[in-house]
Amino acid sequence: MGRSAPSAEIPIVMLGRQGNRRLVLAADAAAHTAGLRIGMPASKAQVLVPNLQSFDLDSAADAAALDRMALWSLRYAPIVAADPPDGLIIDTTGADHLHGGEETMLEGLVSRMAASGIEARAAVADTWGAAHACARFLARPTFVAPLGQAPAIMRALPIGALRLPHDIVEGLLTLGFERMGEVEAAPRASLTLRFGPELGRRLDQAMGRRSEPFEPARSPELIEVRRAFGEPIGAAETIARYTGKLVATLCEALEAKGLGARRLDLLLHRVDNRIEAIRVGTAVPVRDVKRLTRLLTDRIETVDPGFGIEVMTLAATLAEPFGAKQIISSLVEEPEPDITDLIDVLANRIGEQRLYRFAPVESDVPERSVRRIAPNAPDDGTSWPGDWPRPPRLLTHPEPIETMALLPDHPPVWFSWRGIRRRVTRADGPERVFGEWWHRDAELIAVRDYFQVEDESGERFWIYRAGDGEDPETGSHKWFLHGVFA
Amino acid sequence: MGQPAASPAIAALRERVARLEGGPARNRATLPFGVPRIDKVLPGGGLALGALHDVAGGRNGAIDGAAAALFAAGIAARAKGKVLWCVTRQDLFAPALAQAGLLPGRVVYVEAGDEASVLACFEEGLRHGGLGAVVAELARLSMTASRRLQLAAEASGAIGIAIRRWRRQTEATDFGQPTAAVTRWRVTALPSRPLPVSGIGRARWQLELIRVRAGESADFEVEACDDKGRLALFSGLADRSPSARDGPVRAIG
Repeated sequence: MGRSAPSAEIPIVMLGRQGNRRLVLAADAAAHTAGLRIGMPASKAQVLVPNLQSFDLDSAADAAALDRMALWSLRYAPIVAADPPDGLIIDTTGADHLHGGEETMLEGLVSRMAASGIEARAAVADTWGAAHACARFLARPTFVAPLGQAPAIMRALPIGALRLPHDIVEGLLTLGFERMGEVEAAPRASLTLRFGPELGRRLDQAMGRRSEPFEPARSPELIEVRRAFGEPIGAAETIARYTGKLVATLCEALEAKGLGARRLDLLLHRVDNRIEAIRVGTAVPVRDVKRLTRLLTDRIETVDPGFGIEVMTLAATLAEPFGAKQIISSLVEEPEPDITDLIDVLANRIGEQRLYRFAPVESDVPERSVRRIAPNAPDDGTSWPGDWPRPPRLLTHPEPIETMALLPDHPPVWFSWRGIRRRVTRADGPERVFGEWWHRDAELIAVRDYFQVEDESGERFWIYRAGDGEDPETGSHKWFLHGVFA
Repeated sequence: MGQPAASPAIAALRERVARLEGGPARNRATLPFGVPRIDKVLPGGGLALGALHDVAGGRNGAIDGAAAALFAAGIAARAKGKVLWCVTRQDLFAPALAQAGLLPGRVVYVEAGDEASVLACFEEGLRHGGLGAVVAELARLSMTASRRLQLAAEASGAIGIAIRRWRRQTEATDFGQPTAAVTRWRVTALPSRPLPVSGIGRARWQLELIRVRAGESADFEVEACDDKGRLALFSGLADRSPSARDGPVRAIG
């Protein structure tokens, strides 16, 4: 958006023609507060708000933008589709653990959208219908319906959440139906007679009694291979065998383009019109048939073949240039064994962010002195300065302990931690750690004095006193246990 | 084998037994501790590569596993190649492992979330073959699971170290259950020896070799890992520097 972008304070509406009337088809938050509603005649809106900015709705461009967004959201799961006019559907089955769980995934999704100026709401539920309703009626801005709870949640929602045409909703409201549960409890036959089969179909889809397949979005330049089966297949070994064949074909296609796969999506189309998906990612571009097959077959147990699979498609949804690499040959040095394949296998099994290395950060505050980096990040050979002892186990939150100690710079004579009182026989310290004022103002004069203490049995602990022992400004003078030595 | 054969017949028998135990392809290399008294009781003169080793802490160490982690870090530091460290929840402080010689660039951590995933990652790491050592922190290790791990380690030649940690002291009796590990160690902190000045000296451990396949168990009082991951025997002398003590030992081992 440049300087020509409309100001956020002035109400904006999108106008369009419906039949022979010009209506408001979309309105922003400012327009809503000014009393403009969707479906209002354009002339009325212009009278209500004098300086109204109005634009003509370009539904083709909107749909194209939504399609682009669907392709973008392929990063979250292999099966996504645009849900016009204003939604995206993502089938997250088996994909959420790669993004840190459903809650974290939704929050990430919404904040990424917010970063590019799109106000989005997101919900996860058992069915498309339920998620559609929860996102529009419950998400603030995210909502996760507990597994199996969708019908109960749906019953309490207004019937507007059912994805029905406007006139059916009006008709139901006239009859006195407000909540979905009331419609569900009413006899189906008479409602169908009056409103047609659409009402029952939408209700069943929302409650998960009727499946609702959708065509996943695919970008045209995608490298994809496909295999259809005359007789549906179901055995894990058969799926594995054909996965191998698909990977081999895909790798040939990748080689022709000089690419390596970073992410593969294997879609298994079931005979009952549902799609099961396996997604694997790799840390570096890979074109090795064996390695990619191994990653995919590793996850076959997660798919449910149902009554059989009739079509399998394999796509490299993320591919990067992959050129020939010179193999370093040296007489003196043994080449370092490559473990990226192991990293890929583990990352696909437990999630990418749960696999990491630690790297030093120049900070004296112990909990800030380490950061997590990707497992295959280049090794710069740095380490921490080794002059002060550090405990192998660090408590995430320092635990308060009771002590008796002389101020200002003596270690405690005894301390009691987790209900056990220990007499200190030997101690080393203090190691003074200053607060880092460039992080937070409160740390400007904060101080911690660390001591390494040993009790009678020889166990060693890392304890600190908040404050320098003299000036109460520097800390509370309370004692904490921060780590356990060997 | 370390000890000389009494007669050719005995040597032939030993060879047959060895063949029965693991086949000719089995990796017989070992990683010496560099401390002759410890290496002498271990068959092959050191910690077997391509094998599973079981380590637990004594007393409070059964819960925090601090000494056991440093002991494992010392072994991993002296092994060649990268190290995979599998935990359920992360509470390791990497600077301490670096002080035991295990530099941060060599260790990949896996935070698996639950015991079953830790076991799966542990086995995957042992099977891979490109790693020097694989460490996993576990509470339970069944005979079946440890047998799988041992076979995976034998096939790849990596050292597998299972650090056993429990939530409560009473659960530590689980350590008595048999596993297929080649050696089993218990590391317990000992009071350090008094220094002539105030302060704390190098940590000391009671290192119990509880079980070793084809060998006898033994106890050692050792000084904890130095910055190269080496242990040292408690010398009883107050004023010799660690380097002076370790130098000749390294030359032998």
